[in-house]
Amino acid sequence: MSAAQSAPRVKPSSLTFQELLFRLQGFWAERGCVLQQPYDVEVGAGTMCPETFLRVLGPKPYRVGYAQPSRRPADGRYGENPNRLFKHTQFQLILKPPPKNVQELYLESLEAMGIDLKRHDLKFEEDNWEWPAGGAWGVGWQVMLDGLEITQFTYFQQCGGVDLDPICAELTYGMERIAAFLQDVDSIYDIVWARDPHTDGSGTGAAVTYGDVRLAEELQFSVYNFEMADVPRLWEHFNSYEAEAKELLERFENIGVAETAYGGDFDVARKKRRFPLLATYELALKCSNLFNLLDARGAISVTERVGVIGRIRALAVGVAKAWAEQQGAASSS
Amino acid sequence: MADFLLEIGLEEVPARMIAGAEAELGKRVGDLLRRERLVGAEGKVATYSTPRRLAVLAEGVLAKQADTEEQLTGPSWKVAFKDGAPTAAAQAFAKKAGIAVADLKKVETPKGEYVGATVKRAGRTATEILAAELPKEVLAIYWAKNMYWRAGKPERFVRPVRWVVAMLDSSVVPLEIAGIAAGNASRGHRVLYGEKPVEIDVAKNYVEALRADGVVADVTERRQMIRKALDAATRTVAGARWREDAALLETVVHLTEWPTVVLGGFEPEYLELPEEVLVTVMRDHQKYFAVEDASGKLAPHFLAVLNTQADEEGAAIIRHGNARVLRARFKDARFFWDVDQKTPLAERVESLKHVTFQKELGSYAWKTEQNLAVANALATTLGGAEVAFDEAALFKAVELAKTDLTTELVKEFTELQGVIGGLYARAQGLGERVALAIYEQYTPASIEEEIPVSVEGQLLGLADRIQTIVAMFGIGNAPTGSKDPFALRRAANAIVKILAESGLPLTLGDLLNAPSPGDSPKAQVKEFFRERLHFYLKDVRGFAYDVVNAVLAANADDVRDAIARAEALTAVRGSDDFVAVSAAFKRIKNILRQAEEKGYQPAQPKLGQAALEAIDLWQRTKELAPQVDKLREQRAYGEALALIATLRPTVDTFFDKVMVLDPDEKVRGAHLALIDEVLRNFSGIADFSEIVTA
Repeated sequence: MSAAQSAPRVKPSSLTFQELLFRLQGFWAERGCVLQQPYDVEVGAGTMCPETFLRVLGPKPYRVGYAQPSRRPADGRYGENPNRLFKHTQFQLILKPPPKNVQELYLESLEAMGIDLKRHDLKFEEDNWEWPAGGAWGVGWQVMLDGLEITQFTYFQQCGGVDLDPICAELTYGMERIAAFLQDVDSIYDIVWARDPHTDGSGTGAAVTYGDVRLAEELQFSVYNFEMADVPRLWEHFNSYEAEAKELLERFENIGVAETAYGGDFDVARKKRRFPLLATYELALKCSNLFNLLDARGAISVTERVGVIGRIRALAVGVAKAWAEQQGAASSS
Repeated sequence: MADFLLEIGLEEVPARMIAGAEAELGKRVGDLLRRERLVGAEGKVATYSTPRRLAVLAEGVLAKQADTEEQLTGPSWKVAFKDGAPTAAAQAFAKKAGIAVADLKKVETPKGEYVGATVKRAGRTATEILAAELPKEVLAIYWAKNMYWRAGKPERFVRPVRWVVAMLDSSVVPLEIAGIAAGNASRGHRVLYGEKPVEIDVAKNYVEALRADGVVADVTERRQMIRKALDAATRTVAGARWREDAALLETVVHLTEWPTVVLGGFEPEYLELPEEVLVTVMRDHQKYFAVEDASGKLAPHFLAVLNTQADEEGAAIIRHGNARVLRARFKDARFFWDVDQKTPLAERVESLKHVTFQKELGSYAWKTEQNLAVANALATTLGGAEVAFDEAALFKAVELAKTDLTTELVKEFTELQGVIGGLYARAQGLGERVALAIYEQYTPASIEEEIPVSVEGQLLGLADRIQTIVAMFGIGNAPTGSKDPFALRRAANAIVKILAESGLPLTLGDLLNAPSPGDSPKAQVKEFFRERLHFYLKDVRGFAYDVVNAVLAANADDVRDAIARAEALTAVRGSDDFVAVSAAFKRIKNILRQAEEKGYQPAQPKLGQAALEAIDLWQRTKELAPQVDKLREQRAYGEALALIATLRPTVDTFFDKVMVLDPDEKVRGAHLALIDEVLRNFSGIADFSEIVTA
């Protein structure tokens, strides 16, 4: 008999997927974090949301958490692979500046999800994070719980090509992994998402699984991302979003160039403050998602690839720089 | 005398960086204490580390430096005192020396009477010195990658500093590192002890205090603990043993403060996957040790090194969790394997066009074409030689060598490129020679690793690497200083090693001429290989540096021949006769250099004008040279060198009796021609003037 068979069954956690999220959100809310809703534009990672990408810039302290559905078209597996998803849920947390006990707080947040650390093996293993298209990088760890990576823990050093001061801590919890681990299921699709507490009064009522909620989405988006997304149109969209974003960035740069002669500084500051950089950034995010789609379609050749990433980077870095300037303008007026 | 303890408390330091930093901190503290005369030469410095701390415990530290007294000499007495009254010069000197004018005294020197001052300096206390100097030392530690964490970015370090312990015996040394004031409070194990401070009462109790709180600070001790725990866990499986893996052991040593081990298992059906894949998943991805049965075959078990000590239920949970992760990874690997088989390697050649080799050069399809041309050239060079290899298998292997880059399994386990290709080639019935060559193409990956066993694998590895090196130099990607982003040095080391150990009759020149040269700077590539050969002979083979210099000065093209010459030279290097001959050659070189500087010309020797000793040397050279040449051609270097050593009496007498640079131009010219001839005749094996004789 193998050790695998003889290993005692371990009592799985009864917390559902959504309860884990509640616990996590509740934990961080009690520690002064703003709880944001997920951003409503397609992103590949929670980092790309303005609540992270732009908020980490500049001196203003900020603490925010949100559960961000993160799309990675190339990672889709038609719902057939038990461990891989086109879209997964990141609980993203930004602590700016990081408190001295940030690691201890993180461990407490695990306990809040019902993880008894005395009965698990936890390691912080070096893992440095980088998002070249966003001009962002940091150093940190992948947090390993019994051999499973459950969190990416990063001290952001640079974002949008801008050196951060203060830096911030970014915690990204992989919610599906954590849930599958705690519920001890072998497939993400078997995760219990919600359970009706009223069906039999015992609190173990009818369960809605992750598969019930999301399987169709995984299948259909895999079909779209890999087979049907219209490549020429994707390029059209990409070029169009990029052109608009570039134009906006240019207009922002030109504020005050012609006006100073007669409009005065007050007018320049006002124009800068109301300038829609947030909308410009959304256009950049659109480009990033379109790039991922084109990539999944195999439509980006070797020679193009670096160039396209460079174009997205120019937008993201452009917005970051403009944003830093806009913040300066806002605080000085 | 006291013990000095320094502990830097950190957030988890990357495992790969800890050993180096621990040693560096020990050296910095030791050097500081010696430099400041706070310890004797025999003062012991012990170092400790865990992922969360670096520590140093120095014994025999003085409470304070010894006082010193220094004698200063100032202006002459006459200048300093006019009519017994001190002048401005005296006052200035007294001020500089830090004493009163009245304390100046007269000193007699050979040059006359001068003003002297005795300056007494009180020794500074250890506390004072450490507080002032240590923070700088700590913050100067080298890290491969470091970070800012405090607002205003005052310092960078590998990870945030969270606490500092600095104590001389039981008293705290008031120093501050990265904004943290030192105290006597350390921290125990995160989970086994919690975050409350661990008070250290006396510096020397450091290790024991931590042990009581779930931290084994001594690295050697942790290594032993892990080995023992691995042994114990493996004993529960009859006939099994864990697979030694020195690098993995070091990693887990530096990932743990309190290591324990659990043995887990996986379904035996996964053993159908290639062992290479299973071991890579376990070792590289999960940091597990593999278990093998008595015959060395992989057993369906793994060993996970934990950083905690769980109770029985906890151990069961941890075992179960690790097994779950491993099973998912194996399942993925099997899925990828099956998917990959649907597109055989031969059908993947085309898709290499979409995989970049190097932006400025081209795709892997381009790379494959280039490699084929190089392999062709090498095969042609070997055409006449008696090397048994299957040319068709070699070309097939070169053609398919890079196709595994398009497989799912290699995308998942990039470290297995080549290996996967080889396994697929075997599974797809492409023949054992093709499969093995593809499998071995990246070996040796390090200078310690063995070279490929198959000739086809050796040739594929040579062709691939030399093509890369020449092409990379051509676009200006040669390594510079410590920067070698394309690992070209490693590639060249592998080439030298294969040439040295394979027995292939190929020289570096044969290789350098094989790739299309493009814009490659030939001389630069040649010099680059000469350096690699020097490294190989000296650092890998252990030849003395002067032997290596001497051998390579004669010829740096044929690797195996260079080794044979270095061996022969090493064997005779100790003999008196040989040392004397080497010294003579050095002298010859010096004289020729002087002569050249002075514009002296060698001339056709006329024996009639020459001294007897010169004639002797002339005749002896004429006699020996053909014999030496013959032995050299037969590569009988030992005998050739023995023969050259017999020149000693003749050469010694020549230098004793003859003034080479004779004032008479004709005589001098004859002498110069003679020694030049000696040098040229006997420097084919090695340039003996490089040999260090004194």
